[in-house]
Amino acid sequence: MAHISKTEPDQTTEPEAEGFMQYFEDHKRVYPKAVSGKVRSLKWAILVLCLGFYYIVPWFRWDRGVGEPNQAILLDIYDRRFYFFNLEFWPQDIYYLTGLLILAALGLFLVTSLFGRVWCGFACPQTVWTDLFMLVERRIEGDRNERMRRDASKMTLDTAWRKVAKHAVWLAIAFWTGGAWIMYFLDAPSIVHRFWTGNAGTAVYGFTFLFTASTYLLAGWAREQVCTFMCPWPRFQSAMLDEQSFIVTYQSWRGEKRGHLKAQRNNTTGEAYGDCIDCGGCVTACPTGIDIRDGIQLPCIGCGLCIDACDTAMKKVGRAPGLIAWDTLERQAAIAKGIHLPAHLLRPRTIIYLSAMSVAITVMVIALSNRATINLSVLQDRAPLFVRIADGSIRNGYTIKVTNKTHDTATFDLGMTGIEDASMAMSETHEDRQPLLHLPVGPDQVGSFRVLVMAPDHGASTKFDFTLRNSSTGEKTVYHAVFLGPEAAANAGGGVH
Amino acid sequence: MALNIQRDEHTGTDTTGHEWDGLKELNTPLPKWWLYTWLACIVWALVYFVFFPSFPYGKGYIHGLLGASTRNDVMADVKGFAAERNAVMSKVAAASFEDIRKNPDLLAAAQTAGRITFANNCQPCHGAGGAGNPGFPALAAGSWLWGGKLEDIQQTITHGIRSGDADARDSQMPKFGTDGLLKPEEIQQVADYVSTAFFGLALKDAAPASIAAGKEIFTANCVSCHGEKGEGNRDVGGPRLASKVHLYGGTRELIVRQVTAPHMSVMPNWNGRLDTATIKSVAIYVHDLGGGE
Repeated sequence: MAHISKTEPDQTTEPEAEGFMQYFEDHKRVYPKAVSGKVRSLKWAILVLCLGFYYIVPWFRWDRGVGEPNQAILLDIYDRRFYFFNLEFWPQDIYYLTGLLILAALGLFLVTSLFGRVWCGFACPQTVWTDLFMLVERRIEGDRNERMRRDASKMTLDTAWRKVAKHAVWLAIAFWTGGAWIMYFLDAPSIVHRFWTGNAGTAVYGFTFLFTASTYLLAGWAREQVCTFMCPWPRFQSAMLDEQSFIVTYQSWRGEKRGHLKAQRNNTTGEAYGDCIDCGGCVTACPTGIDIRDGIQLPCIGCGLCIDACDTAMKKVGRAPGLIAWDTLERQAAIAKGIHLPAHLLRPRTIIYLSAMSVAITVMVIALSNRATINLSVLQDRAPLFVRIADGSIRNGYTIKVTNKTHDTATFDLGMTGIEDASMAMSETHEDRQPLLHLPVGPDQVGSFRVLVMAPDHGASTKFDFTLRNSSTGEKTVYHAVFLGPEAAANAGGGVH
Repeated sequence: MALNIQRDEHTGTDTTGHEWDGLKELNTPLPKWWLYTWLACIVWALVYFVFFPSFPYGKGYIHGLLGASTRNDVMADVKGFAAERNAVMSKVAAASFEDIRKNPDLLAAAQTAGRITFANNCQPCHGAGGAGNPGFPALAAGSWLWGGKLEDIQQTITHGIRSGDADARDSQMPKFGTDGLLKPEEIQQVADYVSTAFFGLALKDAAPASIAAGKEIFTANCVSCHGEKGEGNRDVGGPRLASKVHLYGGTRELIVRQVTAPHMSVMPNWNGRLDTATIKSVAIYVHDLGGGE
């Protein structure tokens, strides 16, 4: 590069911008025009559904008994419990989250390979909130042309108050969004009260501010920039889509050669015009500011608003709708030659996604339905490994952890099988030997007990089982344990006497 | 440096003007807000540089205007925890063992303090978890010389055994052999008796006559402390012989040695080294090892 100098003959075109700043471009503001049609209606319906769900769900109640949270969906980080209606997840259940994430990822792959980026266009929070913010903008500042006129001309009092009002409404929605986010992690009614009385704590105010700010900035200001420059998902689409995926497609075989209606009607030169009247409706409707007629491209989020815009225009000029439609590249190539191909939804990749999803669902359902509300874990004393007591018998100590996942206090019966003449006692009352120990554990808690097992000296170690039974529900579990004797302890280098 | 900016025919995009061995890069400009965000991050870093510790020099560093220090934060936390701990431990000191048992918070604090203090101070002799060592009592075994109730254990820890403290536990076993109180063959006889009657040892070559003679010697010299049935006597610290747990070993040879020239080990008094609350905590910990009464 250093060899090239100005004295050399060059075929350089004049750069539009000089120097460093040529590598950066001004933000081209997108002014999407309002459209109406089937896709727009569907998008409104999904928006109402998604946002309604998001804002209302924390207020659903679910009775779990005294001392338990009564919020239907609650991710209680402080107490390490996730509640989903009648399901309750403990930290050790976190692998369900893995299953859920695998399902979500596979679902996304499946839908994308079938219908393109419908997630991006219809359900992604960025799209949904941007849609809502654009609605507010349109109601206050007017539609595309009026907004462009306002921004291009001098600031007037009318424009000023409208802009202030718009940002105020945006901030209000953003705050509501950030506040609702917190309610998934803390009891909704009480956190609202604490929030407004100033007792909610730094974390709550901090996160509310964070989500308010990000909602306002991402949906109000960044918009399509998020999809084009921040989100990794568009970069995946070339790997996810193939010739059989239904994507938003301009049917160029039918539309070209495009020309304005006037030019088409005054066609004196004998041009073979297609159906596209080059009205620009698809471009002005696009929330990411692209021209779908250029074909599939990275910024296209597959929202289909250009379809509504085009259908409206076609209807106006009395031509058949569907010039822009969901179709596959393969079908389009065939139709251009006059062949109609059937939809090809079941193909190796979708079948693989489907089977992987069914495996994941099956595993999840089996795991969920076999979820125990009881758990026993046993930690054997390490020092000393065993103790010889006055009557010559051997004693081992165990720390017993009993998990009670039910919502009631329960007494758990701890027994043991596998050693003759053995007896058990609680560490605090070690002389009170019992065949069964009754361990009370509070609702939704883990009880920790130190239990002593005494048995005659057989020298070697003995395998045995701790058995645990919830005396209220009858649910049982077993833990395979070892009773250490002097021989094993001598091998292990531990124990005394 | 001259830039040889060209237009790429295929995409209609300008190149950046650089060329590397024939490779040219298309200029697809980033949005300007991206640049400004990057610059804002640099400004933010500079602000950090001014307000927070940033740069080392020699033995010190630039502290920053806010004087933030994670070490000071930790020290403040430690101070706070110490205050919390002192508040709980003063309650432990004042409460009776019974009340500590009833209060889960006090009990948890005492158990933790006891466990840590035991590991730091008692474990070298008594073993981890009170397993004991030859010559040092196994506290988990429930074989007590001076009593295994919480108050007894507290008393023993506070004043020690043969420690020189005025209230120390004290017991002396006569040196029957070295002081000439018993003849060597009498010691052999009493060892035969103790081995068979209390230790449960099956001696092959012990003559019944020897055992009978040993019993008489035992009755005359030993029962005052060890009891007629070898049950021991806690008032004077007389060890229980009718047991499988023996401080100085459970063989006949060791009985002979102990009668001839007894071991009498010392436990230090902890009253000058540990405060009352800590001693009570250790007592609770030792009691709960599995041998407490």
